[in-house]
Amino acid sequence: MPSSAPNRDDALITISGLRTVLGGKTIFDGVDLAIPRGRITAIMGPSGTGKTTLMRHVTGQLAPDAGTITVDGQDVWRLNREQLFALRERIGYLFQNSALLTDFSVFENVAFPLRQHLKLPEELVRNIVLTKLQAVGLRGAAELMPAELSGGMMRRVALARAIVRDPMLIIYDEPFVGLDPIALNQILKLIRTLNQTLGITSILVAHELAAVAQVADSIYLIAAGKIAAHGAPQELSRGESAWTKQFFAGEADGPVPFQYPAPDYATQLGLRGAAR
Amino acid sequence: MNALRVPLSPFTGGLAQIGACGLFLLQILRAVPRSLRYFRETVRQVFFVGAMSLVIIMTCGLFVGAVLGLQLYDVLSRFGSAAMSGTVVAFALYRELGPVVTALLFAGRAGTSITAEIGLMRATDQLDAMEMMAVDPIAYVVAPRFLAGLIAMPLLACTFNAMAILGAHMVCVSWLGLDNGTFWSNMTASVDVWTDVVNGVWKSLAFGGVVTLIATFQGYTTPPTSEGVAYATTRTVVFSSIVTLALDFVMTAFLM
Repeated sequence: MPSSAPNRDDALITISGLRTVLGGKTIFDGVDLAIPRGRITAIMGPSGTGKTTLMRHVTGQLAPDAGTITVDGQDVWRLNREQLFALRERIGYLFQNSALLTDFSVFENVAFPLRQHLKLPEELVRNIVLTKLQAVGLRGAAELMPAELSGGMMRRVALARAIVRDPMLIIYDEPFVGLDPIALNQILKLIRTLNQTLGITSILVAHELAAVAQVADSIYLIAAGKIAAHGAPQELSRGESAWTKQFFAGEADGPVPFQYPAPDYATQLGLRGAAR
Repeated sequence: MNALRVPLSPFTGGLAQIGACGLFLLQILRAVPRSLRYFRETVRQVFFVGAMSLVIIMTCGLFVGAVLGLQLYDVLSRFGSAAMSGTVVAFALYRELGPVVTALLFAGRAGTSITAEIGLMRATDQLDAMEMMAVDPIAYVVAPRFLAGLIAMPLLACTFNAMAILGAHMVCVSWLGLDNGTFWSNMTASVDVWTDVVNGVWKSLAFGGVVTLIATFQGYTTPPTSEGVAYATTRTVVFSSIVTLALDFVMTAFLM
């Protein structure tokens, strides 16, 4: 582990000794990490290493097999349902596939958390929603239905919904997928602005190093069920470990196998038998 | 609810499903007070599962009553009792056919739609998104549909009965020439409100609860794939039909 591990006293989220086994496969085996308050922390790693699963642990959606997870001093898995919901009201979550409510318009989707939890005058709800939609560039799409949006637009609406209550923590699960360069740049600016002006702690689960490096204060690289590396983006991209070298250079050869475990290729194609 | 999807052998799996469905019912009942916050959603669901089912219920009721009237008039006239046609039609409808046929039609029309809707919400992470927005999907999505089923089913059964009696009247009186006064007076003299009509209402209330419970349970626990939703929709119709008919026998035995 690099020396830049955050001070756990300043951390909004701490995870200790996390162990998770799903379907007989060990996803995490003794993971320890700390997400500092008011900073943007990226979680990166090869596909299928459990980045989204880690976020599901943090938000109390999936129970770990062992370990403790605290968010803002609360042990997530000791909370009852009411306490967990109270905690979730302070968390914005951008889902990988947007998860917009398909019966509601764009406006109603963004207004949904406000209407469910706050008794605000309609005019105020309207102003807040339009402000958030303006921030993601979709104020003009307020009356459209989710089925009328492209994948990138749906992601931006989901982002507006995630930030509509100015939460203490925002979890962005793959926020850059399907965004054109203009939208990508604006979303990066938005993430940075939310962090700098409101001090919102952000967790960015993403694969795009170039985009992540522009906003993230630090990166955790997860591989093989453990934290393979941790540090500032520039520090990690220059990293000498086999994990960082392979991941950031995008090479097929290295500690992370590109191929899913399979029988011998030549044997499966029948070439080895034919040679005999 | 992930624990409810544990694959087991067919027999133990079936028992586990019944147990899981029972626990799901408890979750719904616990969520009902909270779901009253979403009263407008319940009203919207009553419209979707009730008002939108009216066409099929009224059409089928009319034809079921017409066939019943035709058959009974034919059979009863052989014994010189054609005048009792209306009475027997009313007994059959209020006690059995009204609640049961309405429940079967309701399972096909509204039950499948509830399962598919909730199943797709599961497949597209909408239920998880609600959880993450601190909104309980059982209270917001499931309980209003369950309540809507309880409210709509007795009303639909009454509508079915009314249309079926109208159908029987058209056949027996307008077509086959049975006296109009005889048709109505024998019926009103023989049918008892409490033992015939109200018992039918109890049955339709129970069937409404069972069908919507099965429909919501299948949708809520469906694997998040298109195939999973398709199977869940089929299971809703199959299980609802079987349970409705079995429950009808049990309730008839107790209510007679």
